[in-house]
Amino acid sequence: MSWLKRIPGLGDPMLLGLMFLLTGLGIAMIYSAGQVEVPSVATGIWVRQLAWLCVAVIAFVLASRVPPRFLEWSAPWLYGLSLALLVLVLAVGTGPSGSWLELGPGRLQPAEVAKLGTIFMLARMLGDRDQDFAGLSRLWKPVAIVGVPFALVLLQPDLGSGLVFGVILIAALFWAGVPLVKIFLLVSPAVSLVLGFNWVVWGAWFVILLVLLYYHRPFVLESVGVILANFAAGALTMPLWNSLMPYQQNRLLVFLDPEVDPKGSGWHLIQSKVAIGSGGLFGQGFASGPQKRLAFLPEQHTDFIFSVVGEELGFLGVLLFLGVFAWILWRMLKIAIETSDDFGSTVTFCLFAVVFAHLVQNLGMTVGLMPITGLPLPLVSYGGSFLLLLYAGFGVIQRVAAER
Amino acid sequence: MMMMMDSQKMLLRRQRGRIALLAMGSVLFILAAAFFRLQILRGSQYVLRSEENRLRAVSVPAPRGTIYDRNGRVVAENVPGYVISVLPGPRDTIAATIDRLAGRLEISPEERLSLIEKNRARPNEPLVLRDNAGFDQVAFVEERRPSFSRVVVEPRPRRLYPPGPAVAHLIGYVSQISEQELEEPRFEGYEPGRIVGKDGLEAQYEDRLAGTPGVRYVEVNALGSIVREFDTGSGTPAIPGRDLELGIDLDLQAMADSTFPEGMRGAVVAIDPANGEVLLLYSHPTYDPNRFIGGIPFDLWTSLRDDPDKPMLNRVSTATYPPGSTWKLIMSTVGMKTGALDIHTYMPHVCTGGLSYGNRYFRCWNPRGHGAQDLSGAIKVSCNVYFYQAGQRIGLDALTAGVQELGYGERTGIDLPFEIAGLFPESRQYFDRRYGPRGWTESVVFNLAIGQGENQQSLLRQAVFYTALATGESPIRPHLARDENLANRRMEWSLGLPEIQRKQLVDAMIRVANEPGGTAYAYRLQRWTMAGKTGTAQNPHGAPHSWFVGFAPAERPRIVIAAIVEQGHPDGTVSLAVPYASRLVARYLESVGLPAEPGREPRVAAR
Repeated sequence: MSWLKRIPGLGDPMLLGLMFLLTGLGIAMIYSAGQVEVPSVATGIWVRQLAWLCVAVIAFVLASRVPPRFLEWSAPWLYGLSLALLVLVLAVGTGPSGSWLELGPGRLQPAEVAKLGTIFMLARMLGDRDQDFAGLSRLWKPVAIVGVPFALVLLQPDLGSGLVFGVILIAALFWAGVPLVKIFLLVSPAVSLVLGFNWVVWGAWFVILLVLLYYHRPFVLESVGVILANFAAGALTMPLWNSLMPYQQNRLLVFLDPEVDPKGSGWHLIQSKVAIGSGGLFGQGFASGPQKRLAFLPEQHTDFIFSVVGEELGFLGVLLFLGVFAWILWRMLKIAIETSDDFGSTVTFCLFAVVFAHLVQNLGMTVGLMPITGLPLPLVSYGGSFLLLLYAGFGVIQRVAAER
Repeated sequence: MMMMMDSQKMLLRRQRGRIALLAMGSVLFILAAAFFRLQILRGSQYVLRSEENRLRAVSVPAPRGTIYDRNGRVVAENVPGYVISVLPGPRDTIAATIDRLAGRLEISPEERLSLIEKNRARPNEPLVLRDNAGFDQVAFVEERRPSFSRVVVEPRPRRLYPPGPAVAHLIGYVSQISEQELEEPRFEGYEPGRIVGKDGLEAQYEDRLAGTPGVRYVEVNALGSIVREFDTGSGTPAIPGRDLELGIDLDLQAMADSTFPEGMRGAVVAIDPANGEVLLLYSHPTYDPNRFIGGIPFDLWTSLRDDPDKPMLNRVSTATYPPGSTWKLIMSTVGMKTGALDIHTYMPHVCTGGLSYGNRYFRCWNPRGHGAQDLSGAIKVSCNVYFYQAGQRIGLDALTAGVQELGYGERTGIDLPFEIAGLFPESRQYFDRRYGPRGWTESVVFNLAIGQGENQQSLLRQAVFYTALATGESPIRPHLARDENLANRRMEWSLGLPEIQRKQLVDAMIRVANEPGGTAYAYRLQRWTMAGKTGTAQNPHGAPHSWFVGFAPAERPRIVIAAIVEQGHPDGTVSLAVPYASRLVARYLESVGLPAEPGREPRVAAR
């Protein structure tokens, strides 16, 4: 194995192998997702994914060859380019929610590019010098860095990607050593936003917040800011809810009870659970799951590909996928811990968080633990931009690992 | 300093890394647990749900029972046929499919509307367009398979009635169950699209003929299209319906059809008095029941419905007529039972062509008069004047009571749907109710006595009374199906006359059809003695109806026949029903190989 180490920029051959293994499994599942008895866009789409993989591998190699210092230096440029693309897609975007840029033979989702750009920018900013996070107000810079692309993505509207930007922010702050209480206070308005549906629950949350503030004793201005933000968020809940598209409202309602709308929004979740549940221990066999085959399973090659895994490969297959994911995540975390370079470490940890968040959200969605937001499963779901982002990210991680 | 910062940082990272690892581990564990719960703990439940999702039970039609005549010839059978239906889908798509097939499947605009209405009522069930598609129609669809992907062609046995119009009124027809019928309790468990008996024997014996449809499972996709048969042996085969054997003689039936007086309306029914089996049941004009199979073409339906000759009316059991002179045997029976008459009774007024009563003059059919007649002679020549006086002598109260004793007013219970009972006043209260206590006179009995007035009977009911006359027993309820249970169902009344008196009445009826001067003498049988009674029933529609009711041989009768030709007695001399019935009787007796009676010409065929 030592010869692998000699490949420049390759720091963790095991992670590389796991990445290819999961991508391979993913393409196999995309192939299976196309084996349906109803005309479907998914038929033969695995070939396209294979083509995307070639592009992704090039991105991977390139990224692994670029020194982290150069990346750190160019982060503002990449970030600026990301924002430009996000603005561009608002103007000329295509696809169901206007989130695609037509790009010659393929389509690009600028939101994915922006995730990487934002991570670089955050890592540069937080690794810049030793930070003092004594006051919440000191966090305005990272919040602003994430806030701009977050807002642009929400305008598309792409709630799922928006949440990922939130995850990136929290991950970066967490990794930079911001005290957990501060992160908690920072996130608290978001919690208020969710709990604002019910005044009793929201009130309880507010009491907890006040107690926390009393013991933690931050600056007065900071406390007032947090309280005001929570108030505002709680009050904004209903207007914001009403401004959501009916289908978005439905998705959230269905999460609470799929039988509310079994033919409409609940359909996805019910059929996904039926597919996964009927897989049992050993599954219905590769490429022959009836739920998928007869088109009961929606989005079987993208968001709900793991339902195909559950139906066709059973619980054992699910464990296999979970195992590979856990291993990959563990390798990423290990690199983030071990590397001495702040920039590389933060980038690696943010990518770890992105992969983890996607994994949890996607799998949680297929079994009804999470609302349906349409986040793909990393390396497995069909989709070129996300694969490209991940491979580029893994390239950077390999380079970081090589230099630790 | 730098090193210290670094090691501090390393410490922080290790600490935060442990938190991240812990979070990751526990979340992944929760996910794994969620999958474990779904796939292992609840797996079987979801397997079931997945099958419910994709498997649809499809009904396998059971072949209907075959119907045979008394000689084992086919009255109704199944031949290979095809059902063409459209799978559920968007309303516009289905309408477009109907339009594209309308030309080939001969779907009229009215039918198209009713199909679309049907689809609206049950949008999730396949819509049957044609359930008796011909081979060329099936070929048309199959050749254009790709453009008719939602159209399903399934083989399903089709009903065929080889005798066609000759058996229309007894066999009825089958057709798709209607929305209303689906609600009826007798069709409980029937599914839409099922073929059921709509009329006649097909409806009467639906339970026996229908059989039990089987179930097969098909796999459908999320769009509801059938993907393939699901073969796990989990379905159940269809249980074919049971066959039905009739007492009907198809030869006789065909002859009744072919020899019916041209351009006339009417009916004939014949019963085997020994067991109550209906040998012949024919109504004219008729129609071809085969054209009703697989959806009655709308224009055919309207033309049959609006035809003034009412071809769909079963004139044997679902229509009534004034019984005319065939009623004179009922009068004679009641008269003898009450002691008002015996066979040799003469009436005070000799027939001179009519009778004055009060300020009215009641005519005899023969304006020259019949002279003095006893009861036997009055029956032979059908003298009205005699029976006016007989009615008077019996009296209205005794007459209405006596007629009721003979079971008039109730149905015969024939195994056909929609039988109607006849009409005869149950007592004088009837007239009080109808005309007011002062609005009528005792002269109503005159009309009642000659089978007119408030007196309407079905052909079948008259045949049943003559069966009682022919046998002297309680008549067996007439029935088309050959069945021991049915052969034991007798009516609750009998003639109630001593055998001597019954024979006297039969002798009088023999004179009708065998003695010169008898009203049916011209059409007597050559080889057997037929007993019978003609009738000429006045009616508001025009020329009198021509009746004949009789049986042969008079001793040990094998057949009782009743025939009517509406307006079949135009000029008072030619009674169309008599020769018609007489020939049918002769034909039947020949066909059963009954030897000629001693002293009758053996070699001369019936006219």
